[in-house]
Amino acid sequence: MITLSHYLVVSGILFALGLAGVVARRNIIIIYMCLEMMLSAANLTLVAFSRFHVLAGLPDYSAQALVFFTITVAAAEVAVGLAIIVALYRSKQSVEVESVTKLQG
Amino acid sequence: MPSLLFYLFALITLGFGLMVVLARNPVTSALSLAMSFVGLAALFISLDAFFIGTIQILVYAGAVMVLFLFIIMLLDIKAESDRKTNVAAIVGAIVLGSVLAVQIATVSAAHHQSDLTLNEAALNLVAAGNQMAATDKDLPTISKDLKAGILPDTKLMGLALFKQYGFHLQVMGLLLMVGTVGVVVLSKRDKEVAR
Repeated sequence: MITLSHYLVVSGILFALGLAGVVARRNIIIIYMCLEMMLSAANLTLVAFSRFHVLAGLPDYSAQALVFFTITVAAAEVAVGLAIIVALYRSKQSVEVESVTKLQG
Repeated sequence: MPSLLFYLFALITLGFGLMVVLARNPVTSALSLAMSFVGLAALFISLDAFFIGTIQILVYAGAVMVLFLFIIMLLDIKAESDRKTNVAAIVGAIVLGSVLAVQIATVSAAHHQSDLTLNEAALNLVAAGNQMAATDKDLPTISKDLKAGILPDTKLMGLALFKQYGFHLQVMGLLLMVGTVGVVVLSKRDKEVAR
């Protein structure tokens, strides 16, 4: 049978994949997609805990409300982030992380 | 939900998630991420979170991924060339990823409810319906569904959002507006610089 830890392990592996992508990849857009993957992994944890924490015969809807807010923030973040990437591409003609090294000094 | 379906959708989620990290072509990455989100939505639905599963598909696999694909094709980004593979970053990513995965697996196995199955944590819809009928007389639609043994997920979600988290919902609305204004300001060309 599927237990709570099955869902938590899937979510943990998804988060670790996203983290590995953020560290290893050089394309800013792919780094951004990996960030979205990490946010979704956190959502899976929240929904799993919501379902397994039965409150008066129903799932705990506070956790699902938090997931709703996370998805909203992620959508807003994608819009702003991609606008920043387009602005960056306009000035650097590249979306590789190596092209943005001004803060290195 | 039978165990087989759980493993199938977990495999879809993680397999396409791996494709996002490994693919050289950004378009392949974006489409793999969309598939990964579809698998994740199926996992949400297996946890009786129908509303969250639906907006996962509508917002993530629909709107967000289309935005990503639009930007990739607008900027015409080519596949990465292998000429300067950063070995240190790749080794670091593999080590960091595996350490984190093992750590999360250990912590979740130590959780006091980690062996709880979905049958053990069964929902008691009829009892919840009776309780809600006694306390919330204004909302017969939810308690009627519950007494009939249906989980009115979207209605309960709306009840939680508007009853408990009304203020937070308005802050979200403000955030979306600030996001819209921010995007317009960011994408506006500076006329002085352009000339």
